Amino acid sequence: MPEGPAPALVAEQFDDIIQQRDAASFGMWIFLATEILFFGGLFASYALYRSLYPAAFAAGSHLLKVAYGASYTVMLICSSLTMAMAVRSAQLGRRKPLIGFLVLTLLLGAAFVIIKLRWEWYGDYLEHLVPGVSFAPQGEALEVIRRFGAPLSHVALFMIFYFVMTGIHALHMVVGVGLLTFLIIMAYRGRFVSGDFNTVEMVGLYWHFVDIVWIFLFPLLYLIGGRY
Amino acid sequence: MSTATVEVPALPEVHYLNVNYGWRSWLFTTDHKRIAWLYLVSITFFFVVGGVAATLMRLNLIEPQGSLVEPATYNKLFTVHGLIMIFFFLAPAVPTVLGNFAIPIVIGARDVAFPKLNLLSWYLFIAGGGVFLYAVISGGVDTGWTFYTPLSTTYVNTNVLSAAMGIFISGFSSILTGLNFAVTIHKMRAPGMTWFRLPLFIWSMYAASLIFILAMPVIAITMVLIMLERIFHVGIFDPALGGDPILFQHLFWFFGHPEVYILILPSMGVISELVAAFSRRRVFGYSFVAFSSVAIAVISFLVWGHHMFVSGQSIYAGLVFSALSFAVAIPSAVKVFNWTATMYQGSVSYDAPMLYALGFIGLFTIGGLTGLFLASMAADIHLHDTYFVIAHFHYIMVGGAVMGYLGGLHYWWPKMTGRLYPETWARLSALIIFVGFNLTFGPQFILGYLGMPRRYAVYPPEFQALNVLSSAGASILAVGYVIPLIYMIWSLRYGPIAGPNPWGAKGLEWETSSPPPTHNFHETPIVTEEAYAYGARQEAHVA
Amino acid sequence: MPDHSLTGHVVPSRVYILTFVALIVLTVLTTGVAYIDLGYFNTVVALVIAVSKATCVVLFFMGLKYHKGLTRIVIIAALLWLSFLIVLTLADMHSRDWAPLPQPWQKAALSEPHR
Ligand code: HEM
Ligand SMILES: [Cu+2]
Repeated sequence: MPEGPAPALVAEQFDDIIQQRDAASFGMWIFLATEILFFGGLFASYALYRSLYPAAFAAGSHLLKVAYGASYTVMLICSSLTMAMAVRSAQLGRRKPLIGFLVLTLLLGAAFVIIKLRWEWYGDYLEHLVPGVSFAPQGEALEVIRRFGAPLSHVALFMIFYFVMTGIHALHMVVGVGLLTFLIIMAYRGRFVSGDFNTVEMVGLYWHFVDIVWIFLFPLLYLIGGRY
Repeated sequence: MSTATVEVPALPEVHYLNVNYGWRSWLFTTDHKRIAWLYLVSITFFFVVGGVAATLMRLNLIEPQGSLVEPATYNKLFTVHGLIMIFFFLAPAVPTVLGNFAIPIVIGARDVAFPKLNLLSWYLFIAGGGVFLYAVISGGVDTGWTFYTPLSTTYVNTNVLSAAMGIFISGFSSILTGLNFAVTIHKMRAPGMTWFRLPLFIWSMYAASLIFILAMPVIAITMVLIMLERIFHVGIFDPALGGDPILFQHLFWFFGHPEVYILILPSMGVISELVAAFSRRRVFGYSFVAFSSVAIAVISFLVWGHHMFVSGQSIYAGLVFSALSFAVAIPSAVKVFNWTATMYQGSVSYDAPMLYALGFIGLFTIGGLTGLFLASMAADIHLHDTYFVIAHFHYIMVGGAVMGYLGGLHYWWPKMTGRLYPETWARLSALIIFVGFNLTFGPQFILGYLGMPRRYAVYPPEFQALNVLSSAGASILAVGYVIPLIYMIWSLRYGPIAGPNPWGAKGLEWETSSPPPTHNFHETPIVTEEAYAYGARQEAHVA
Repeated sequence: MPDHSLTGHVVPSRVYILTFVALIVLTVLTTGVAYIDLGYFNTVVALVIAVSKATCVVLFFMGLKYHKGLTRIVIIAALLWLSFLIVLTLADMHSRDWAPLPQPWQKAALSEPHR
């Protein structure tokens, strides 16, 4: 069996590290394709209901706070930058920057999840905006819905898509944070800096993908119907 | 008998089955060949469970008023039968058993690209299957395998949640398998194994992997929506709250129709191998057959609305879906024509695998043509949800896909075990299956045409004769399935030693020993000729 | 990956920084535009900006720009398939009442003379 340049790191089914890296990267892209269709089922349903009930979706969107959505977006973009830099550091074999960038990415991701759950979702809950759990918009929220002339059950439909889509997105973030923790531990032990940066690259692809999903969720959920 | 060989071959000293022993060496294996065995055992188990449900249904239908079970139980029986057979038997059958075993060897690789992921797929399959079995044991589900809303989300009181969870989990098993195969076929081929030298089995497994990758995620998310709607009742599919139940059907059939091609494409690939090997000829129009697999994979995603002609779907959408459904029949027909053309002028030998292949070709043709009846909107208004539909898809899935699976299992059995199965018994059971199958499902075409609806425990007395015929056929079919189960287990120990190439067939898998060593080849093979290069080597096999 | 050296393709950090800046600018833009009344075009603009941002991420952060055709096909296929799902589903929904066909359960429609 022909040996690659770094024999210990090449799994036995591969001829060399190039083939191994190629296969892993291709596999990861295919995985992302499945993720596109996984989220895609949600986006398709969302598109159907939004086209049926434009007023209710606009009203529902006005129940969310743009400031949250915008700051998440910025946080994720920052984390994508640090992630890209982490991969680059691994490629160049620089251990300290690698760990630093990974930790930054992790912090940004964790902050995203914590803010979303602790403040945004909890706030929605207090305002009775969570369909199936407690949905009875009051005060200002009710006024907004009236202004758009939207039936309550259709607004609930928007809210459920908001919770499911951001919820599944957040779940992906949690997985990502877990993966980053693992990367940091391994990097601390000296992995990834001698030609075996592949794992970091794979996690990076995943992380950027989750960022992209948010890039669509932000305008589709937080910015409907004009804010003028 | 054509399988007789001149010298008595011996088993190789070390091979993948005897390198190590003990349950750990199986449950933690990453060898694709051993994982194939794990799947073989698991799906056979599920086949038996699904078969028991079917037997009870057929027994019940012997009498018009239903002779055996309560209507409510009958509903659970057909639901469990459908879900198990589709998700836990047939969809994994050819890919995970024959695909897992053969793909790496056939393309000249040491293993799949991601062996650990391969094992993970099996564990996910078992987890999904376990959750599903829990749903069955703790009360069952009665929505039909299609989970139509709002029935499944609002009205029934059965275990929709755990059943959907089981499907969700096993969906990821399929996704990972598809991913693994696609990467393996792209990146792991032996030197010289170009795309157009690949055996056609690989092409159709590749097409099936594409469908796994692109369709399974949608059913996974759809199951999530079903579960959420059932727990929280927020109206996602409830018309009373503004939801659209037909949206569910769109999501389900966007996955559902490609799924039925997941069931048939791998078997089509097996048939190409069998027809070539037992006709001693290169498959006629190789590249047409190869591309027809890919064409099927693509077009099958554009026809799903033909399941929804009478659902309230727009008739304009119906028109488009109907036209596209006719288009998907073309690549399927290409395959049938090319297989028959391959046999023409070939030196055909009628070993058991070939008998299965011949059965496949005939029955698949009937199933496919009746699909065209159903794809015509006007005819479907009459035939929808009748036994005609049942007969249509069983001709394809049982007459076609299961036959292909059994044919392939017989064909590669000597490679998997190093031993031959008893040929006479095998031919006999292939024949029994063919007869039993036609007796079971032939009458159902007529029943459906006469208007007998599917999914009922009772029926008007005038349909009894045909139903009894069908139940009688089912018992013959059952005998046909039990015989191979027995002789295959028997052959594990007592079967004659097969030797590396009992069929005198072409292909890398026949160049390594039977059973192969752990990494398949003693040295990486180099491919220098096209697939099925039978040329003038006919005398080697003809007895 | 075309670059078969041991380190893979190393992208200059300048590229990453520029991508980052573009993404931030586009985020500000999409938020700002939401406060201007463009009618239907609000949605169009929002989607165009989102697609541009996603493209930036895919091409530079994810390095698709440096990949050969195969990887691109994977992503394009997934998007194409998603568009099958969305387009055909919406096409059904919005053409359901084009034909003035009476539904069986609509007695009134059945008794009306056909148009
Ligand atoms: C030649 C191509 C095919 C065409 C044009 C076709 C057409 C159809 C149509 C129109 C229906 C809906 C009938 C109704 O519900 O009223 C149907 C049902 C079905 N077909 Fe096919 N079909 C084809 C191939 C296949 C294949 C290859 C399989 C499986 C391996 C298959 C499996 C099924 C199943 C399982 C159903 C019933 C689904 C259900 O309602 O439970 N079909 N087919
Ligand atoms: Cu179909």
